[in-house]
Amino acid sequence: MAHHGDHADTHADHDDHDHKPSGFFDRWFCGTNHKDIGTLYLLFSLLMFFIGGSMALVIRAELFQPGLQLVEPDFFNQMTTMHALVMIFGAVMPAFVGLANWMIPMMIGAPDMALPRMNNWSFWIMPFAFTLLLSTLFMDGGGPAGGWTLYPPLSIQGGNNVAFVIFAVHMMGISSIMGAINIIATILNMRAPGLDLLKMPVFVWTWLITAFLLIAVMPVLAGSVTMLLTDKYFGTSFFNAAGGGDPVMFQHIFWFFGHPEVYIMILPAFGVASEIIPTFARKPLFGYQAMVYATASIAFLSFIVWAHHMFTVGMPLGGQIFFMYATMLIAIPTGVKVFNWVATMWRGSMTFETPMLFAIAFVVLFTIGGFSGLMLAIVPADFQYHDTYFVVAHFHYVLVTGAIFSIMAAVYYWLPKWTGRMYNETLGKVHFWLSTITVNMLFFPQHFLGLAGMPRRIPDYNVAFADFNMISSIGGFAFGLSQLLFAWLIIDTCFLKRGAKATSGVWEGAKGLEWTLPSPAPYHSFSTPPKIDDSVLAHGDVSH
Amino acid sequence: MAAQSSGAYYIPHGSAWPILGSVALFFVMGGAASLVNGDHTFGMIKFGVGMALLLIMLFGWFGTVIKESVSGIYNHQVDVSFRMGMVWFIFSEVMFFAAFFGSLFYARMLSVPWLGGEGDGFATNAILHPGYEAVWPTNGPGNVGGAFETIPAWGLPLLNTMILLTSGLTITMAHWALKVGQRTALVWWMAATVALGALFLYFQATEYIHAYHALGLTLGSGVYGSTFFMLTGFHGMHVTLGTIMLLVILFRCMSGHFTKENHFGFEAVAWYWHFVDVVWLGLFVFVYVL
Repeated sequence: MAHHGDHADTHADHDDHDHKPSGFFDRWFCGTNHKDIGTLYLLFSLLMFFIGGSMALVIRAELFQPGLQLVEPDFFNQMTTMHALVMIFGAVMPAFVGLANWMIPMMIGAPDMALPRMNNWSFWIMPFAFTLLLSTLFMDGGGPAGGWTLYPPLSIQGGNNVAFVIFAVHMMGISSIMGAINIIATILNMRAPGLDLLKMPVFVWTWLITAFLLIAVMPVLAGSVTMLLTDKYFGTSFFNAAGGGDPVMFQHIFWFFGHPEVYIMILPAFGVASEIIPTFARKPLFGYQAMVYATASIAFLSFIVWAHHMFTVGMPLGGQIFFMYATMLIAIPTGVKVFNWVATMWRGSMTFETPMLFAIAFVVLFTIGGFSGLMLAIVPADFQYHDTYFVVAHFHYVLVTGAIFSIMAAVYYWLPKWTGRMYNETLGKVHFWLSTITVNMLFFPQHFLGLAGMPRRIPDYNVAFADFNMISSIGGFAFGLSQLLFAWLIIDTCFLKRGAKATSGVWEGAKGLEWTLPSPAPYHSFSTPPKIDDSVLAHGDVSH
Repeated sequence: MAAQSSGAYYIPHGSAWPILGSVALFFVMGGAASLVNGDHTFGMIKFGVGMALLLIMLFGWFGTVIKESVSGIYNHQVDVSFRMGMVWFIFSEVMFFAAFFGSLFYARMLSVPWLGGEGDGFATNAILHPGYEAVWPTNGPGNVGGAFETIPAWGLPLLNTMILLTSGLTITMAHWALKVGQRTALVWWMAATVALGALFLYFQATEYIHAYHALGLTLGSGVYGSTFFMLTGFHGMHVTLGTIMLLVILFRCMSGHFTKENHFGFEAVAWYWHFVDVVWLGLFVFVYVL
């Protein structure tokens, strides 16, 4: 199996020519190369993005008009549940891991990830985990329908799918933990000499902290779903009041994972924005160290705010007050970040290529999501907003125009480095404007719906909500279709290679080690550690 | 702390073990899901195939790494990466146990007192569970699983505490022997550690049998039984795994795989063993004594 070690001791001097494995199977299934594995992650994520998106369109189609039209309510519930699981664990997280795989070794002057074989395993668990998860849709009784948060007792009253979902989540957890361990080991152990921690690009910093969060909370998720499993199948009473347990206990354990999970999906997005904005503003990042400390503060706070997801479930007043104020505190480091992005652009010589457009839209629209989050943090207000479309609008602003927009920005930004070809800038801009207009049409009216009292996760609604729902659904289909353009742009650039050849710098204002490599980057990024010179770093000379 | 300064990097060649491991996990997990759903034949086939593939993968992958390590192609940087990998893996294990310790504390400090009428739970107690008093241990107002007795801390659990603590000492002695190059002492101290691990497991199994047959204490004995068996059970699984790992290291010591300077495999297992030890101390205090 482990075939001969032809480049077992890949050495500086004979690494200049690519040592790509020759066979298709060897390269894509048994490979150890961070770029190949990064590509696999990104393609997998794109596939899941379209699968999860199709489920969202089922939801929006049903909600186009009041009344029950297209699907059974139970299937509607399966769609809301699966859409979330697929998008969170299948689309957003693997996309960021893919970006980490591609970019971190190049940004820190390393040849590859620290543990390349484990890297391959981390990826290859994912397709199998999602096969297990998606297979539940075809079982008797269908897929999980109790919401992605899997609250008992509802979640364990499902049919056979319960066990499959739980074991699929275990597999995703194993994958995430191994991926995170690899990223930490890479960042701490593989940096080129002279690239001190406080000289690392912010994207690398955000991933270091994200990886720590992953290792801290994915095992807690594993523990919580294990308790669900034993409660359903082995007679334990963790979440059964008759036996002295408490269903609310699940919510506490779940959100101890779930809230840091939210930051796992947004911190790397902060990193992406912090790379792109200085490039197109042609100025060093404003407040580099403040960015790093703000990221760390957000990560710390993410561990002590979990119960703001469950204000209405009942908890002591002291708990509500604590979690309300702790949640509001997050606005401070987040505000520092938004301020720094804006200050970076202030008086810059800005140009608006597609990555910059997405990055600016990210800053504006993510901030809207942040503000609605601040509203939700207020306990008495949350009693009104909880489980309404206001919450749906909030987290979609954070996740779609936040996380997903940053992923798209990152793809446009680094695609020329990956492929050696420029993408079609006109089509890129069309994709941006279509996405930005339609995504607001999709999610902005949901704020109004939620404030007016429309509950989430229900396939029917009061006729009073009809107009906004129709606008939202039209926006949803338009947004979904716009993404086909994104897929086409990727095919066009990666496979048809019709764009102009990219230079090594690609963007006029781009700074950082990855831009010192040719485009496309060589198979093993740096075979000898590069010299670190402050002038090539995106944040200029950081004094510390 | 930054990376090495020499120009040489080590990158392992490709390997089919990871993809085989993924296929194995798919079958193990899918098989387990079918089994708990009562689909015994199909579930057992999937689970069996998966476990077999998993064992092959573990033997193959570890075998490859051991061969590469012994042949001396790993450099210092690879060693550091491995160390970081093991440290963060153990941290993830700590967090896994934290979830179950958290559920124990939640039940004892919050949910059981609430069911007994404390604070906001007054009406719940008066209307839904009249007469239920918050005590620990408990199987809840529904008397789930029937009457049971608990295992006294100062019998077998105390003995097991001594055994595990002693094993922590013996493995340290083994490490010391390894560092000064005394192979015979190393092997004997390792053998003693394996024996103590096995002895712990034997007593733990005895305790479980006693609990199920004589005390009426089962996994289904309300929240006490749930937290008791899940915490001690997952710990026991980790001791089992740790003992197997120790046994492998014992054989590797006998084959002379380790040198005074270079024995990360030994150290990784020693770290793991100490981790299992510390978890037990937590269990002894919070599950058995308090």
